[in-house]
Amino acid sequence: MKSNTWTIIKKEFARFFGDRQLLFTTVIMPGLLIYIIYSLMGVGIKSMVSQGADEVVTMRVENLPPSMAPLLATDSCLVVVEQGFGQEDVDNLEDKSVNVVLARFPEGFDSLVAAYTPQAGVAAPNVEIYYNSANNASLRVFSLLSGGLTAYEEQMSNRFDINRADREEQKFDQATTDQVLGNVWSKLLPMIIVMMLFSGVMSIAPSSIAGEKERGTIATLLVTPMRRNELAIGKIVSLSSIGLLSGISSFVGIALSLPKMVHGDASDLDLAFNYSLRDYTALLLVIFATVLVMSAAVSLLSAMAKDVKNAGTMVTPLMMVVTLAGLLPMFQSGASHSLAVYLVPFYNSIEVMVGLFAHELAVVPLLVTLAANLIYSVAAVWGLTRMFNSEKVMFSR
Amino acid sequence: MEEILQANGLCKTFTLSRKQQRIERAQTRRKVAVDNLSFSAYKGEIFGLLGPNGAGKTTTLRMLSTLIKPDSGDATLCGYSVVGQPAEVRGQIGFLTSELKLEDFFTPNYLFDFFSRLHRVDPDVTARRKEQMFARFGIDRFAEVKVANLSTGMKQKLSLVISLVHDPEVVIFDEPTNGLDVLTARTVTDYLQELRSAGKTVILSTHIFSLVERLCDRVGVIIDGRMTACGTLDEVCGGLSIEDRFFEIYKEQKGGAE
Repeated sequence: MKSNTWTIIKKEFARFFGDRQLLFTTVIMPGLLIYIIYSLMGVGIKSMVSQGADEVVTMRVENLPPSMAPLLATDSCLVVVEQGFGQEDVDNLEDKSVNVVLARFPEGFDSLVAAYTPQAGVAAPNVEIYYNSANNASLRVFSLLSGGLTAYEEQMSNRFDINRADREEQKFDQATTDQVLGNVWSKLLPMIIVMMLFSGVMSIAPSSIAGEKERGTIATLLVTPMRRNELAIGKIVSLSSIGLLSGISSFVGIALSLPKMVHGDASDLDLAFNYSLRDYTALLLVIFATVLVMSAAVSLLSAMAKDVKNAGTMVTPLMMVVTLAGLLPMFQSGASHSLAVYLVPFYNSIEVMVGLFAHELAVVPLLVTLAANLIYSVAAVWGLTRMFNSEKVMFSR
Repeated sequence: MEEILQANGLCKTFTLSRKQQRIERAQTRRKVAVDNLSFSAYKGEIFGLLGPNGAGKTTTLRMLSTLIKPDSGDATLCGYSVVGQPAEVRGQIGFLTSELKLEDFFTPNYLFDFFSRLHRVDPDVTARRKEQMFARFGIDRFAEVKVANLSTGMKQKLSLVISLVHDPEVVIFDEPTNGLDVLTARTVTDYLQELRSAGKTVILSTHIFSLVERLCDRVGVIIDGRMTACGTLDEVCGGLSIEDRFFEIYKEQKGGAE
């Protein structure tokens, strides 16, 4: 029995790995595409953020108060000229290539501000800053000055502070970095992983089962003495392996491009992926179990389908359910504590991953999930065997 | 004569779609494809199932090759029951029909090895048999060409070779020359005779009278799923040509209505 299953697995692999185009579109392209798109997005975000940081800007200031001079000196690319300006100068700023910012303080700004009381019913002293937000350098200088002024105002009216660190090591938010990032990852990664695995399985299983049916090649297999369950196991195991490869490819793409997404700051990522070997082992086990159930489910639906196109239609509702299950962690905090949840296929894997990424991996739910998925896969093998045995399923059109 | 195949009261009905029911003006949705069919075939003979389209020939052969199950009745092939021991039966037969296709992606060489492994043929035997069969059918020159790129005739010869990788005792052939060009058809019929000489049993279905006359030792005439005459060619024909005799039987069955 083993050897026939192995013969089928080898044939599926030969079919898959021998077809460069299929190999490329299923295993190499998803990872590569994700890597390229995410990296480009990262580069785009980075350049958007950093644009204009080192461009020299001239600031013409009327009545520069002494309190603001040190602040403006902190930007080494800023040339401050104490000079008045008129409406024409303001109008010139419409040309966004002009690296000029104009600021007008009331005369004696510092003393005016110190003497001002809100109760007096007079308008507060006003600072005019003319800039062009479409020019990043101009925006940078505006942010510097307006930020400085806001801080200056707060400092003057300071009545109380919240969470002022009197000692350097004093920490108010007691969440660890792991907890904070784990919370983020646990909402995002389970869905991404499950979706990637599913699309991997989707790209091959329908053509391997419904396709063989459609092309009439499965009947050729069915007249050999091989038992139907050997064919079912061979198909599900080989499809799971290939689906896994595709999923891993996507995952590697994400993992490699994440540092670029977070502005190329790799040190953040070291903190971000602070997971133990135990976590990784559990993740791998869950991924194996998930992809097995996925292949099994998609195989069953494909065997029922008349042809590949029909299989695609039949699998779509399942894909929507899996996507929805992937979204659920966004609306909850941490993994579920009810063991019954871990009996629900697909959702159980997502919940285990939620716990895992939130650094709260519990062993019992993991074991329940693995056992449940294994049982579902065995049941699917039984079902697929029955379908291979059923002339109605295999031969009626 | 050693009895290799014995079919006993094989019955098979199908459910018609409503549309099909209207077309056939049938009273019920059940259509009897094969009706209590019994016959035997012996070692070293070519047995032909002769009948018009829709008579139940293909359904009978599919039951014999275990692709579909009879509703009632059974058949034994080389001592194995098609109902109770389908896997064993499949090990003894080579079944060839235009419905069984080979995967376009693979080469004849790969497919021969693949199906030999599924039939548990010893690797040495596989290599020897492959060389011999590929040479016999001129596939050797195309051994590494993907099936998709083979000519139609070559594909059919390959299908024949693949169905016989395990040197089966019984060869079941549905319409062996259908869709073949004259050269390939001749190669196939010659080979069927070679198989008979080698002591194999060949069961074929056809609606071509000349094929029956030229090849078959014994013949069964199937009309509307029932075996209406069965025996050696001489016994069935009784001095007439098989064509004339067939229409006589047909009239008897249908009452000259059609």
